[in-house]
Amino acid sequence: MSTNSSGGFTKEMARNIFYGGSLFFILVFVGLVFHTERTIPERSNEAAMTEAVVRGKMVWEQNNCIGCHTLLGEGAYFAPELANVYQRRGGDASGGAFIKAWMKAQPTGAPGRRQMPQFNLTDGQLDDLVEFLKWSNGINAEKWPPNIEG
Amino acid sequence: MTHNPILKYQSQAVAKPYFIAAIGLFVGQIIFGVLMGIQYIYGDFLFPAIPFNVARMVHTNLLIVWLLFGFMGAAYYMVPEEAETELYSPKLALVMFWIFLVAGALTIVGYLLVPYAKLAEMTGNNLLATMGREFLEQPLPTKVGIVIVALAMLFNLSMTYLKGRKTTITTVLMLGLWGLALLFLFSFVNPHNLVRDKMYWWWVVHLWVEGVWELIMAALLAYVLIKTTGVDREVVDKWIYVIIAFALFTGILGTAHHYYFIGLPGYWHLVGNIFSSLEPIPFFLMTMFAFRMVQRRRRDHANQAAVLWAVGCAVMGFLGAGVWGFLHTLSWVNYYTHGSQLTASHGHLAFYGAYVLVVIALISYAMPTLRGRIANSHKAQSLEMWSFWVMSIGMGVMVLAMTGAGILQVWLQRMPTSGAMPFMAAQDQMMFFYWMRLGGGGVFLIGLVMYLWSFFVGGAPAEESLGTPRRGGLMPSPAQRRLKHD
Repeated sequence: MSTNSSGGFTKEMARNIFYGGSLFFILVFVGLVFHTERTIPERSNEAAMTEAVVRGKMVWEQNNCIGCHTLLGEGAYFAPELANVYQRRGGDASGGAFIKAWMKAQPTGAPGRRQMPQFNLTDGQLDDLVEFLKWSNGINAEKWPPNIEG
Repeated sequence: MTHNPILKYQSQAVAKPYFIAAIGLFVGQIIFGVLMGIQYIYGDFLFPAIPFNVARMVHTNLLIVWLLFGFMGAAYYMVPEEAETELYSPKLALVMFWIFLVAGALTIVGYLLVPYAKLAEMTGNNLLATMGREFLEQPLPTKVGIVIVALAMLFNLSMTYLKGRKTTITTVLMLGLWGLALLFLFSFVNPHNLVRDKMYWWWVVHLWVEGVWELIMAALLAYVLIKTTGVDREVVDKWIYVIIAFALFTGILGTAHHYYFIGLPGYWHLVGNIFSSLEPIPFFLMTMFAFRMVQRRRRDHANQAAVLWAVGCAVMGFLGAGVWGFLHTLSWVNYYTHGSQLTASHGHLAFYGAYVLVVIALISYAMPTLRGRIANSHKAQSLEMWSFWVMSIGMGVMVLAMTGAGILQVWLQRMPTSGAMPFMAAQDQMMFFYWMRLGGGGVFLIGLVMYLWSFFVGGAPAEESLGTPRRGGLMPSPAQRRLKHD
C-alpha cells in the first residue's frame, strides 16, 4: 500500500474486490443458511413443539428470563443455564415439579444472595414454561453443554 | 442558529444535540454497569427495586442507543462536509433527534418502573412478539420508532450524498448505515422455534457489530485521521476498501462462531473455525492504518486529543474485538467458554475499543468546531487525554478480572466430566475477580467524570504549530525526524 499510485494496487482495484468479494460471501452465507433451515425441524425435534411449548417461549420472553439466565449459552451470565435445567433437576421424574416449585418459592430473601423476582405466573403459564424447557432440553446442540451443570 | 465561522456548512450543527445526548446516555450506561458490578458481589443489592435483569437491560440498551446517537451525529456532521453541500433537511434531523430521545427515554423509564411482562402487554407484544430477547428487549413501538428514525436519517443523508461530492468515506459510511437499518428489520423476526429464532437474531447482533458497524467505524476513523493528519485521500481510500473488504469477507461467514452450540448443523464449526479466526485481520489493519497515518502526517493539528482517541480506538479495538475475540472463537475452545464470563470480557473490551472510542474520537474532533473553535485549550485537551488513559486502564482491569473469572468458571464448572461444580457454587469461588471488576468499573467511572469535566475547562483554544518542532504528541513525523538528522 504505497503512496505511489502509478501501476500496482489501486483504489479502484481495492473497491472492486470489496464489492465483488462481499457479494460472493453474502451468497455463500445465505446458501448455507438456506440449507441449515431444512435441518432445523429434525435437529430441534419440531414435531414435539406443541402449542404449550410455543406459549412457554412467550412466557420466557415476556418475563425477560434472558436478562439473568443463559439459554443454550446465550443471555446474561448472572444465573444458571436453563436449556438443560429440566434434565438437571431430574428429567421426567421430577424436572417439571422442581421448576414449578422453584418459581413459586422466589425470592428466597437470603441476605446477600442473588435474588430471583417473583413473577406471579399462573399454573397454566408455569406448565407452559416447563413444556418449553423440556423441549429445549431435546435440541441437538452438538453435545453442549459439556456437563449437566451447564 | 447563529453563524458558526468554523463550520464549513452550517447544517453540520444538527450533530451537536446528538453528541450531547450520546454522552448523557453513556453516563447512564456506566452507572447501571457499576450497579450490576455491585450486584455480582452483594446479590440482593437494590432488590427488588432494580432486579439484575432490569439493570442489565438498561445497561445494554443505553449502550446501543447512545452509540446510535453517536453514529447519527457523526453522519450528520460528516456527510455535508464531505459532500460539500448543506444537509438536505436540518429540520428533519432535529425532529428525528427529539423523537429518538423521547422514545429512548420512555423505554428506559418503562423498564425501570413497569414490570417487564406488564410492559409487554401494554405495548402490543401479543400482536407481534419481538420482546424478551437479549439486546432486542425494546417494546414494539420503540422498535418501530428506531426504524422510522433510521429511515428518515437515511433519506436525509442519501439526498445530501446524491446532490454532492461522493467520497469514499461517505460511500462507506452510507453503506454501513443502510446495512445497519436493513439488518435491524430482523429484530421483527421471531420464529416460534427457538433454534430458528436464535439463528436470525444473530443477523442483527453479529452482522451489526462484526459486519456493517465496522464499515461505519472505518469511515469515522478515516475521517478523523484525514482531518487531523492531512494525509492524501488516495492513500486513505485504498486503506478503507482493504479494511472493509477483510471485515466483510471474515465477518459474514464469521457468524458461524455463534452457530456452534445453538442447535445448528456441525458444519458451522468448520466455517467458524476458518473465518472467525481471520476476523482479527481487519482490526489489525485498522491499527496499522492509524499508526501509518499519524507517522506520515503532513500537519500537526491543534486537536491532538482527537488523534489520541482515534489511535486508541484502533489499538483497543484490535485487542478487544481481535485478540479477545480470537481467544474463544475456535469451536473446541468455545465448547468450554460459551456463555461464561470470558464472553463478557470480550464483549466489554470489543464494544469499548471499537465503538465507544470511535464515537468519542469523532465527538472529540467535531465538538470543539460545533462550539466555534478548531480545538479546545491545551488544558482541556490534557484532561481529555488523561480521561482516555483512566477509562482505558479501568476497562483493562475489568476485562482482566472477567477473563480470570471466566477461566476459573471453565475450570470448576465446565471442564470436569464428573462432579462439576454447580453454577452458583462456582460463582462464589469467583468473588475475588468480581471485586477486581468492580474496582475497574470504579476507575472507569472516574475517567468518565474527567471526560465530562474536560468539556467545561476553559482557556484559549490551542493553535496548530506550523513549521516548528512541537513538543509532546504521539510520534515524531518524518519531517521532524529529518530535522534531527540535518
